[in-house]
Amino acid sequence: MHSFGYRANAVLTFAVTILALMCAMASFSDNFNSPSPTAEVQVLNINWFQKKPDGDDEVSLTLNITADLQTLFTWNTKQVFVFLAAEYETPKNALNQVSLWDVIIPTKERAKFWIRTTNKYRFIDQGSSLRGKDFNLTLHWHVMPKTGKMFVDKIAMTGFRLPETYR
Amino acid sequence: MGWIGEQIDSIKSLQFRQVLTQAISLGMIVTSALIIWKGLMCVTGSESPVVVVLSGSMEPGFKRGDILFLHMSKEPIRAGEIVVFNVDGREIPIVHRVIKVHERQDTGEVDILTKGDNNFGDDRLLYAHGQLWLQRHHIMGRAVGFLPYVGWVTIIMTEKPIIKYILIGALGLLVITSKE
Repeated sequence: MHSFGYRANAVLTFAVTILALMCAMASFSDNFNSPSPTAEVQVLNINWFQKKPDGDDEVSLTLNITADLQTLFTWNTKQVFVFLAAEYETPKNALNQVSLWDVIIPTKERAKFWIRTTNKYRFIDQGSSLRGKDFNLTLHWHVMPKTGKMFVDKIAMTGFRLPETYR
Repeated sequence: MGWIGEQIDSIKSLQFRQVLTQAISLGMIVTSALIIWKGLMCVTGSESPVVVVLSGSMEPGFKRGDILFLHMSKEPIRAGEIVVFNVDGREIPIVHRVIKVHERQDTGEVDILTKGDNNFGDDRLLYAHGQLWLQRHHIMGRAVGFLPYVGWVTIIMTEKPIIKYILIGALGLLVITSKE
């Protein structure tokens, strides 16, 4: 009962239990954070808008994205993954979400940013329904913790519209 | 050497009933572990409620050796969710993020495109030949939480199976030679 094996086993079990408890408490402490992020997006230019040879529409945009996500960070945050998705409806699809741009924010200081960029990922429809289409640009973020539960939220910005004709 | 002699003596002095009790205790432990695992499968609705991250394609968020807790609900799959999926013909599940969703009006079925955060391009290269989208039935679960480093135990035991045998052998020896 007092051999090295038993003592090692007891110590190890206790250590693992305490570690698990600490991870759970760290994750729980994230619930006390009430974030107040802000974001704004403008479409500066429609670079081009075409129908591809396979029949799907594709558009290239230049975007101006401003955001302040500093209040999302807690001591238990490893990084925040942010992406901007275009969301719209077509006769064929009840919902389309196309991610146009994303970035990983590793620290609180980098969470307040302003960026002007063309879309990182191609904005391609399933079909040819993009002319004159109204769409939302929604900024989503994923708060990835050092340990525990991940938090997800978004801000939807409405009122964007694609041109009626190809260019 | 004296320690080994002691162990051999203790093995010789066992009675049959004692051995049976030990075997049943061992069986109980194994079965409880199985019950917990299957119970987790039911609660989370996923075929494998816990997965180990095997590649670096989601760094710096998920590193090799982290474990992810999965949950699969009936809610529709949306962009940004981190999903675990199996490609037809590959046995190792992949953990990546959904970047495109197209959901049909009539049937509610979805076409999904995924990409690893640390990869340059999307996952079309990983899908089966000619497959452009994933469907809901490919998805095993959504990642809802994670623990760092814990998965290294599984990775080591899979990549060097000799360690697994040594560990089980040592545990078995410990159970058999304990004198209560």
